[in-house]
Amino acid sequence: MIRWFKPVVFLACLGPLARLGWKAYRGLLGANPIEVITHSTGDWILIFLLVTLSITPLRKLTNQRWMIRYRRMFGLFAFFYALLHFLTYIWLDKFFDWREMWADVSKRRFITVGFTGFVLLIPLALTSTKGWIRRLGGKRWQALHRLIYVSAIAGVVHYWWLVKADISKPAEYAFVLSLLLGYRLVLGLLRSTRERKSESLSARSAEVTEV
Amino acid sequence: MLIRKAADIASSEITPKSLYLSRRRFLAGTALAGAAAVVGAGLAEMASPSTVVRANGKIDGLQQSSFSTDEKITPYKDVTNYNNYYEFSTDKYEPAGLAKNFKTRPWTVTIDGQVKKKQVLDVDTIIKMAAPEERIYRHRCVEGWSIVVPWVGFSLSELIKRADPLPKAKFVEFTTLFDMKQMPGQRGSVLDWPYVEGLRMDEAMHPLALLCFGMYGEVLPNQDGAPLRMVIPWKYGFKSAKAIVRVRFTDSQPINTWNRSAPNEYGFYSNVNPNVDHPRWSQAKERRLGELLKRPTRIFNGYDQVASLYSGMDLKKNF
Repeated sequence: MIRWFKPVVFLACLGPLARLGWKAYRGLLGANPIEVITHSTGDWILIFLLVTLSITPLRKLTNQRWMIRYRRMFGLFAFFYALLHFLTYIWLDKFFDWREMWADVSKRRFITVGFTGFVLLIPLALTSTKGWIRRLGGKRWQALHRLIYVSAIAGVVHYWWLVKADISKPAEYAFVLSLLLGYRLVLGLLRSTRERKSESLSARSAEVTEV
Repeated sequence: MLIRKAADIASSEITPKSLYLSRRRFLAGTALAGAAAVVGAGLAEMASPSTVVRANGKIDGLQQSSFSTDEKITPYKDVTNYNNYYEFSTDKYEPAGLAKNFKTRPWTVTIDGQVKKKQVLDVDTIIKMAAPEERIYRHRCVEGWSIVVPWVGFSLSELIKRADPLPKAKFVEFTTLFDMKQMPGQRGSVLDWPYVEGLRMDEAMHPLALLCFGMYGEVLPNQDGAPLRMVIPWKYGFKSAKAIVRVRFTDSQPINTWNRSAPNEYGFYSNVNPNVDHPRWSQAKERRLGELLKRPTRIFNGYDQVASLYSGMDLKKNF
């Protein structure tokens, strides 16, 4: 891929934040700006999580190896918007009322699950560097980074549980996520049956040779 | 805790200025009615001038109400562009646009159920039943935000008196228009349409319960519930049904739409109460639109004069 493409994508990923900033500056965030900021950052977390999760299937289906180089950036942007979302909550929504926030996290399941999803992204963001891949070793690093599945599910459930009656938007996210996770599940199942088959085959051939 | 709170509401023991004034008005009214009986019905009409709406939507001759708060009124722009009106959309920013061409005339309201005589009234007949008042009320949404709105209307009791309910009538049920062509939100099944709300008879007869047809001195904008809506300031906003086409008197408690949709989250009473959380979020605080910091929510939204309606009731159970 062309060299300038990555910085362009990087800037595009900052677009949602720039748009919010511009609207806030011009007073265009409507009657309840804090709600708009919360919902908008929340949406972008889920979008970036889904984009991150779609890199591997897309790469495999289209045979475009270069795509993998964008996965970390998208994942880190998911974390970036999660951080903004979280800061909006503790600062603009709760105004550092720790007692109330503790009550929220322990009593409100949609907060509990959302908070869990956010916390799980922290180790992924911290170990996203090449150095950490080396230190952990490819296999272990990959196992750790499967936490993104849990985090994405937690994010969608968080959204699903907070809406009053209209679940259409969380359902859209859930649909895309189930495709992306379903793809991996099917691939994993195929691989394990193939392995089992070849195992039993080799076992049988071993029997045959013994007879 | 609760007993302590009850003792705190000493202000409700004092006869509110409003009631004191309305008693005077009542006395004056009786005197006038007596005179009218002698002189003729024409004089009664003069004693309570009926609503006049000018061509530009302004409502003439608004009487000020002692129920009004002196808190800062929320900007018109916010109250007309941030609406929970699921008949149009579940997105609060959309009803303003989607309700633009909503037809509010001709409009009739059916009055039936436990009444002496079923009636179908034209909305313009209803709004002329009593003198229009401006009432500046706090309005608290169950979602945790609030506004201060100068509504225009008169006490719902004025309509109920004229509806002539039977002694059997213990509740009033309000139904919103069901018209998928005009209300695109009704094409989905987010809620069970048509929208239904209800009040206990004594709640409905409370002078604070407002039958509303205007705000900010003008005819009600479509996205705010035109042509006729309820405003129950001590209850969460969803109790105040919009675009009402039917008022039915019943002997059993109506099942309101949100209660049907999620019975563990939305009760029949739905009085504003900081001590009773919504199962999924706290109701202790609210964000007044236009303010950065949240303010504490007050029991009955600060309308302590309704406390006596619920004396002896467990408000945690009857949420």
